[in-house]
Amino acid sequence: MLQEIFAFEFMRNALLAALLSSVACGIIGTYVVVKKIGFISGGIAHTAFGGIGLGYYLGINPLLGVIPFSLAAALAIGLLSKKAKVAEDTAIGTFWAVGMAFGVICIGLKPGYAPDLFSYLFGNILTVPSFDLWMIMLLDLLIIAVVWLLSKEFLAISFDEEYAAVSGLKTTALYLLMLCLIALTVVVMVRVVGIVMVIALLTIPAAIARMLSHSLPGMMIRAVALSALFSICGLWLSCLLDIASGATIILVAGFFFLLAHTWRFVRLLPGVLPG
Amino acid sequence: MRPPVIACEQLSVDLGGVRVLDGVTFSVGEGDFLGLVGPNGGGKTTLLRVILGLENASAGSVRVFGGQPGSFPGRIGYVPQRLFFDREFPISVRDLVLMGRLSKKKLFQHYNALDRRRVDEAIHAAGLERLIERRIGDLSGGELQRALIARALAGEPELLLLDEPTASIDPQMKTTIYDLIEQLKERLTIVLVTHDTELITRYVTKVATLHVKLDLHEPGSTSGREGFTGTLVQNPFF
Repeated sequence: MLQEIFAFEFMRNALLAALLSSVACGIIGTYVVVKKIGFISGGIAHTAFGGIGLGYYLGINPLLGVIPFSLAAALAIGLLSKKAKVAEDTAIGTFWAVGMAFGVICIGLKPGYAPDLFSYLFGNILTVPSFDLWMIMLLDLLIIAVVWLLSKEFLAISFDEEYAAVSGLKTTALYLLMLCLIALTVVVMVRVVGIVMVIALLTIPAAIARMLSHSLPGMMIRAVALSALFSICGLWLSCLLDIASGATIILVAGFFFLLAHTWRFVRLLPGVLPG
Repeated sequence: MRPPVIACEQLSVDLGGVRVLDGVTFSVGEGDFLGLVGPNGGGKTTLLRVILGLENASAGSVRVFGGQPGSFPGRIGYVPQRLFFDREFPISVRDLVLMGRLSKKKLFQHYNALDRRRVDEAIHAAGLERLIERRIGDLSGGELQRALIARALAGEPELLLLDEPTASIDPQMKTTIYDLIEQLKERLTIVLVTHDTELITRYVTKVATLHVKLDLHEPGSTSGREGFTGTLVQNPFF
């Protein structure tokens, strides 16, 4: 069966997309989980739908529309909550809905039916074009380079932002840069699981990895591996059962999340129960 | 004469419309060990944050090493309250202490051999050699506290600021933490915020009570240090 699968270019592309996106997802997801900025990441992802709408309206590759849009969303949400004294969840909620509304209007303005819209919302790993694969790979390299150069600063602002500031680091700039990396990761993930479900793949592999790790680099490696495992399992199951790939990947991830927590609960149980 | 390590002149701070510090005047000279006591919400942590440059003065002035607060991050070691940390964070004692070597000059660089040597020394000073690879979530409260002190020491500070280092630590561990601080006072200027009023009088050279306003008490037994006079002076305000 494997040989049959790899005979098709779209299957090879799908597998490559799953592996490549797992790299960004595991590395950046680690920061999302330890710094507890899942809601911000969800906000950036949903705001990015405006970029897809814009790209569609202008007739360019929607992923090219998403990059500036999600970067702008990351900077705006970050600056509003850090500097303008807007409550963070208010800023996120506003951008979340306004971005999506903008996308809907753009798509409505363009005459004709938008057939692949669904795939941006919920992902369709089976239709990833080669151009997008190259872009995902470039973004991966960029993310790895920035994280490698700033690993100690990112660790510091994740663990103890105040101490980082006391040490003389520009914590707001570093935080905004981290949000921008999340925005780029959203771009990477759009093809695989879509905007609506990005947040699950950003958090679930990293959350399970945290239970097994003693350091951030260790957690990143495990999160990348788990993300790849979930994506490939989901892809395989979706082909087998002929169901939506993005949703299947998320369900696989969710299943393992429950499994990991059940395992942890059972392991701790003897200490909880008397005798 | 060198400027005092910390000099506050009529310092007032408002946070969210509430006056947290009011007309606070005091100075800390080189080699002093100031104990700051006072009720919760009395402004002790705020005073530390102002000294660190994290909070701004509404009125009056603060000079640290003769400059604006925050001008010399490398000369100050800060030990924040232990209870604020996420114990689930995947970080080892070594990586935690390495944070003490952060500085904006080393942006884009990785830690070097000197950084690692200073970290080993700080971990040795705090007596944590056995626990160096341990995840912080597996440490006891007292061990984590010592790791946070080691982090501050790794930066080779001249001034050490400690915020409630013994809060909710059992009495036996408290003594070991005070013994560690006792060793450090030989070579560092220290400001210690605490609730243990009785314990600290054994260690410090000055005590100040802070309840929005500040009262300074200086024992006379520390002759030789600048600015110290006679018997216990209450509320001197220079």
